[in-house]
Amino acid sequence: METPKTAEFAHIGKSVIIKGELSGSEDLYVDGQVEGSIELAGNRLIIGPHGQVRANVNAKGVIVQGKLDGNIRASERAELTKSAIAVGDIITQRVAIEEGAYFKGKVDIQKETTKTDGAKPVTAAASAAASSAAASSAATVAMKINPSDGK
Amino acid sequence: MKFFGSSDSTAQDAAAAQRAKLTRRSSSLAQLIKSLDSEETLCILDLGSTSPANIRYCTERGHKIYSDDLLISSTDPSLAIKDEAGKPTLDSKRFLEENLVYPGAQFDIVLCWNLPDYLDESLVKPVIGRLWSLLKPGGMLLAFFHTQEAGPDAPCYRYHIMGGDTLEMQHIARGDGKKGSPASKFRLQRVFNNRNIENLFRDFASIKFFLARDNVREVLVVR
Repeated sequence: METPKTAEFAHIGKSVIIKGELSGSEDLYVDGQVEGSIELAGNRLIIGPHGQVRANVNAKGVIVQGKLDGNIRASERAELTKSAIAVGDIITQRVAIEEGAYFKGKVDIQKETTKTDGAKPVTAAASAAASSAAASSAATVAMKINPSDGK
Repeated sequence: MKFFGSSDSTAQDAAAAQRAKLTRRSSSLAQLIKSLDSEETLCILDLGSTSPANIRYCTERGHKIYSDDLLISSTDPSLAIKDEAGKPTLDSKRFLEENLVYPGAQFDIVLCWNLPDYLDESLVKPVIGRLWSLLKPGGMLLAFFHTQEAGPDAPCYRYHIMGGDTLEMQHIARGDGKKGSPASKFRLQRVFNNRNIENLFRDFASIKFFLARDNVREVLVVR
């Protein structure tokens, strides 16, 4: 199993904490903390080894190397690497789980999934709260994070 | 499970991954495999350690599989309480509130493996009771029990379905479950004799015993 190169991915760095709904139309690499939901229809999501995600995830492909507490809906493929700790259900067409991964939940292989256009603009809304080092990390995050006023 | 805490168990993982796998034949598995191979869209609950092989085997045949490492969940320190006599025990009520909860799901097959032998005494009957309610009528439960000859140091294994009647076994320790605890052995809690096993599954419709060579009694129970 080969992990895709992440140079072209939008990055959420180790020191970034995001709470809210995260959606986009480009591949995303999360090595920080995300709480809420992640919607990347038509694109890939990688939760890096330091990533800690508490969210339901919807993407074309999902690779978990860190921690995920939430359901995965991957239209093509979901993969848990050996360092993954995933709690939640997986609904996808193909699944790969490496030896050593911890998984608690259901695996449901669905051969036919609804196609999505993936044309949504990249936004990270709701209450985005960056940690102290977020300013430096923000330069690498190829998306707009709008702190929410709760409306 | 703590999510925003820190637990780097890479070294433990590497050590665990290097542990050799043993192969064993299982007559009870052979019976289950007939169902797995011939029926479509079964709903399966695997209560052993996460097994990519089991997930692959089941999903390749179009089945749904739930994976829930109940032994690791039972080691949650916050479950420890004292009973009326002041003796340490585990909070079975809370354990069942947090585990074996699958809204809307009923299972055709439950893979218990050797869970009852290693599970704390206070949890065994409540867990089997819950499994009865989770199984569909006619659903099957597979469990392995050590015989007296196995001894108290009988290693705890995770089981990987290889197909046919073949299982791969891999030794597991407490630290392998990535809950931040150091690796230590799971201890055999007790030895069930045939009568104990029959009592444990007395609410089920039928029970079938298979005696294996490695001091293990295999049991296939039908709800």
